[in-house]
Amino acid sequence: MIPEIGLAALWLAAALALLQLFAGLVGSRTETAEIAALARPAAALQAFLCTVAFGALLYAFAVTDLSVKLVATNSHSMKPMIFKLSGAWGNHEGSMLLWITVMALAGGAIALIERRLPEKTMMATLAAQAFVGLGFYAFLLLSSNPFERLVEIPPEGNGLNPLLQDVGLAFHPPTLYIGYVGLSIAFSFALAALLTRNVTPDFARVMRPWVLAAWIFLTVGITAGSYWAYYELGWGGWWFWDPVENASLMPWLAATALLHSASVLAARDALRTWTIMLGVIAFSMSMVGTFLVRSGILTSVHAFAVDPQRGSFILALLVLYIGGALVLFALRANTIAEGERFSALSREGALVVNNIGLTAILGVVLIGTLYPLFTEAFDVRVSVGPPYFNPVSAIFFLPMMLVLMVGPLLRWRNDRAGRLTKPLAIVGVVMVAVLACSLFFDNIGLLPFLGLVLAAGLAVASFAPLFGRALGRTPLTIWGMCIAHFGIAVAIFGMSADTAFQEERLVAANIGDVIEVGPWTGQLQTVNAVAGPNWTAMQANLLMSYEGGAAQEARPQSRNFWTPTMQTSEVALLTRWNGQLYVAVGNQGDDGRWQLRLWWKPFVTFIWYGGLLIALGGTLSLVGRVVGDVRRRRQQASGEKVDEELPEGALA
Amino acid sequence: MSADGARGGLKPKHQRLVLIVLAVAALIGATLLAMVALRDQANYFYMPADIAANPPEPGQAIRLGGMVEQGSMQMQEDGVTVEFVVAGDGERVQAVYTGIKPDLFVEGSGVVADGRLNTDGVFVADTLLAKHDENYMPRELEGMSSEEMRAELQDSVAGTGQ
Repeated sequence: MIPEIGLAALWLAAALALLQLFAGLVGSRTETAEIAALARPAAALQAFLCTVAFGALLYAFAVTDLSVKLVATNSHSMKPMIFKLSGAWGNHEGSMLLWITVMALAGGAIALIERRLPEKTMMATLAAQAFVGLGFYAFLLLSSNPFERLVEIPPEGNGLNPLLQDVGLAFHPPTLYIGYVGLSIAFSFALAALLTRNVTPDFARVMRPWVLAAWIFLTVGITAGSYWAYYELGWGGWWFWDPVENASLMPWLAATALLHSASVLAARDALRTWTIMLGVIAFSMSMVGTFLVRSGILTSVHAFAVDPQRGSFILALLVLYIGGALVLFALRANTIAEGERFSALSREGALVVNNIGLTAILGVVLIGTLYPLFTEAFDVRVSVGPPYFNPVSAIFFLPMMLVLMVGPLLRWRNDRAGRLTKPLAIVGVVMVAVLACSLFFDNIGLLPFLGLVLAAGLAVASFAPLFGRALGRTPLTIWGMCIAHFGIAVAIFGMSADTAFQEERLVAANIGDVIEVGPWTGQLQTVNAVAGPNWTAMQANLLMSYEGGAAQEARPQSRNFWTPTMQTSEVALLTRWNGQLYVAVGNQGDDGRWQLRLWWKPFVTFIWYGGLLIALGGTLSLVGRVVGDVRRRRQQASGEKVDEELPEGALA
Repeated sequence: MSADGARGGLKPKHQRLVLIVLAVAALIGATLLAMVALRDQANYFYMPADIAANPPEPGQAIRLGGMVEQGSMQMQEDGVTVEFVVAGDGERVQAVYTGIKPDLFVEGSGVVADGRLNTDGVFVADTLLAKHDENYMPRELEGMSSEEMRAELQDSVAGTGQ
């Protein structure tokens, strides 16, 4: 019964989306039309119904209702509860239901909260949101019904891919999806702005917090995904330039560019057309990413729930939405008036460099990700990996980082270079000092070397905008900007330090053998069998000590799951402030020795701390913006003089 | 539109043009750069027969796919280096891998490996893209029908006289 309720709720929600599309379209033309009043309630009710449907699916997984096909193929009654629940979105149908639920929630949220824009533009936004939603409802209901029943109920389920039975998985996809789908709001705002020819600073101010919120989730999602791949795959890497990773990186790059251009539009009424374009691109990249991941047309270490047949459906949606949006853009872009001017040496100028750099990297990643598809059409099989992505994206990334050190110090519209001599001299000295120190180490690759120097410069420069300010009275948005930029420096430092200084040791060890890697020494104590709820494992017990200090236990496992049958490596991590010891155990050789692989990874954790700092910076900015908006609205309501947005206000 | 404008006296329309030209130039630059890099650095997929017909330069990153020949797998003294032969279409490539051997990397199974040829013509694998479970087929081997695979498997068995 419960699954049928879920399915019914989904159909109802789809019908409401149709109503919302119609009401919104009418309302965007004539504000007074009575039907327009239905658009907002339709969006809100849709959010509720989708939540009901998703709840029904969660319930089916929680009680392991094997009459539901999706549960039977992806779950197992022996699984721990958390993995039963996370199994609900660890498969194609469930993840698409999650997608549509997040999208409905986002649509409901703007319908209920957002009242700052002209009503016509809001109606067009809701219509666009419903239009995008309808395609995904159709996809879900016609080709991937998550509530499909089985005629013959199997005695037991198939289980979930063991690699996915991890706490990281429970939270990673939902986080990423909120980010992906949250960008649909920017897409809808952009379409509405084109439809109603209303591109103003107000438009950017309204769109900005939504983009910022989606961007925060994307940032956290990518950071968590990277850490998950790092400890779950057992290869010691944290970024593989894998299609699925690229699929999450591309919307992030576009959203980052969008955030920055939106703040130019909000503060200075420039870059209008460009901001609209980025709004379209950002969500388009989310859809391209979903297509790549869901269709299974590219090989990936992360792609588990793939189905080629469905690829064509998503491809059709992709062509419809992206193509449609671009056509609308082409038709309407020239009707958007030119914005304000600025000189090359100004905040706007620096942000243009940021935008062009991010877009170029986006292009580089997109081309590299799709290239195997193109060549496959000519029957040439290639794979594109780090030898391509690292240097080519660095060509754009490194100059961008140099501009990032200067940009936040510049004034809007026009500035004098002389004003910046002092802060830039300090940054320069720091960079030269790090450069000199790095020269003492041999064998540092060019990229990690440049990364270390830039990270040091950026770490100092990112707080330069705070110099000379009364810290207590500095707006949260400025703090947010400084912390986010500092997070980039921290992450670059982590990546460079790990690449430059990591040490690896691969041994076949007998019990009692002494093992050394970097500053760590230790001993393989025992290897014993252990069992979990749905796996058995060989566990190696090592005692490792850092520079002769107290011994710490490391217990890597080589696990064998039986539902379905699969071997995974469960690594042991010993974390210190200055890095991580990473231990993986392999198989026993014929001679009785155990294969062990150990890495000392200096400062590797800074990569993810950096990612979290970036997200924290975004959160501070978001809080600052929302608080500012509420205050402004209250002042407006009480008839006081309204504070204008400060032109030197920070980003986002 | 502010009358005082920015220094330099560009009209807004011209500024927009400059920005468009900049953006287009950067994107075209990125595309060209990507294309050149892809031509040089994409990991081309080789089968043993491709290597025999048209051997890549030593040191060039390639991806090799084929079947692990029966009876060819040999663990070295150090316990972490394994030598094996990748066979396909009657051709054989000597290969070596140092690392933790995936469980499902066994003789007679399909394998796809990233690495490079050394000057002796031995393929040094950095990564074995072994299957995670028994249903997984490396995408690059998908084109081979099961008959071809079986034929190759039998060839390789016959080749080692087993």
